[in-house]
Amino acid sequence: MSEFVYLYRNAERPPSAEQMQQQMQKWMAWMKDLQAKGHIKDTGHPLERSGKVVKSHGKSISDGPFAEAKDVVGGYTLIEAKDLDQAAQLASGCPIFNVGGYVEVRPVMKM
Amino acid sequence: MDLYEHLFRRESGRLVAALLRVFGLHNLALAEDVAQDILCRALEVWKFHGPPANPGAWLMATAKNRAIDVLRRERTARTFAPELGRLLDSEWTLVPSVEELFEPHALQDDLLRMMFSCCHPRLSEEAQVSLILHVLCGFAVGEVAAAFLATEAATEKRLWRSKRVLAASKRLVEVTDGEDVHRRLPAVQRALYLLFNEGYHGASSESGVRAELCHEAMRLAALLLEHPATSTPASRALLALMCFHAARLPARLDASGQLTSLFDQARTLWDKNLIAEGERLLDLSASGPHLSEYHVQAAIAAIHSQASGVEDTNWGAIVALYDTLMEVSPSPVVALNRAIAIGQLQGPDRGIDEIRAISGVERLGSYPFYYAALGELELRRGRHQEAGVHFRAALRLARNAMERQFLERRFVASQPHSPSKELPP
Repeated sequence: MSEFVYLYRNAERPPSAEQMQQQMQKWMAWMKDLQAKGHIKDTGHPLERSGKVVKSHGKSISDGPFAEAKDVVGGYTLIEAKDLDQAAQLASGCPIFNVGGYVEVRPVMKM
Repeated sequence: MDLYEHLFRRESGRLVAALLRVFGLHNLALAEDVAQDILCRALEVWKFHGPPANPGAWLMATAKNRAIDVLRRERTARTFAPELGRLLDSEWTLVPSVEELFEPHALQDDLLRMMFSCCHPRLSEEAQVSLILHVLCGFAVGEVAAAFLATEAATEKRLWRSKRVLAASKRLVEVTDGEDVHRRLPAVQRALYLLFNEGYHGASSESGVRAELCHEAMRLAALLLEHPATSTPASRALLALMCFHAARLPARLDASGQLTSLFDQARTLWDKNLIAEGERLLDLSASGPHLSEYHVQAAIAAIHSQASGVEDTNWGAIVALYDTLMEVSPSPVVALNRAIAIGQLQGPDRGIDEIRAISGVERLGSYPFYYAALGELELRRGRHQEAGVHFRAALRLARNAMERQFLERRFVASQPHSPSKELPP
């Protein structure tokens, strides 16, 4: 098994309370399924939108955003999968696609 | 853990109501933004880690902290709830004052306060209902529009105007204030009644939406019964009426999603628990000197619920109740229903005479079920041609697809060359 990071990017707010609940329930079901199949190494966390960007040994400290607004990372999860193809395949069920977002799948580098 | 159905939507109403007491009614938009933001954060965190054991309490605690943040940040730039006055000026009093407002006993009547505040006398009944659905029940603009088959733009405009009226009122209506509550209670009951009817008879053809509107109306009507100031006999009768009608919801649409009239419904599908609850509430409502239209309507619905079909319905009692309803709350539609009941009791000839004799019958000219009622009675007299003319007239007035399909089927059934056994199931 190899490790991968899912970076959740660019999700939009669902427009209504009812849709938020539906969206959340889909996420919980998706996570639960991955967990049951032994693919979750660490559930990870959502990330605040705000923050700071530090450059040049701290000589430049500026407020976010850190990338194009459309590429903001909203959270991450640590995944275990056979290979990159399987990791990508597992991500295809992520509910983030319902709200205009996407998942970036990155292998964790190991020696 | 699983969240209960519509938790986000219902909590949205509670959050706005609680925040408004701190921010003041004039900051309605701010309260809505903060509530929306809290729900968004809940979505983000809970989707990773699942909701906490008590999601409602978690959301309310978050709202309290957010309220304190907002007050600290903006107390010089904005004015907040006038009741809080100078308490917000100092850090020593700010936090305890807000905490006080978020105590369980203080939160208890929030939804009632909002409900009464939404029924502002300057707003039309339709505007009040839309506002309740939006602010109190957490329906987004698009969802309110879908419920009333209105465009999103028109709904948005109406809500925007209503919110301006609401935000301009001095303060929330206090449910302890006997006079305010007494004055507005009939409007609140009426709005909940309309909300329920929108679900029961209304335009939206999707049965899920319709049932939800009924459930929301019942949930809010049940809140009226929880407070001594609002739990009047008429409030109890209103909820009884809703129970009797909601009991019929499972039978109102047949297997293919078509509207089914009371006369043809499979009564075994009626919800017996709701009927029992309706009877209990109707008993409880029988006190005091005032007989409301809800009392009489609930009594009529109770009689239908006791009968196994049209034949063993006590039409005599129903006619007598419609006579009473004509005294309490006369209208051409009530008169029409009375005439239909007389048609059941004394035959179609008498029914038609009664319909013709309705005063203000011309006001029924755009009501499809006026012509449908004439069609049914003519059909019972064996006059297929006349029945067909009436059903066609009704069909032209149908207000939505559900009514159109229903009346089409009645038209086809009324024609001798198209016996009903050839109709699609």
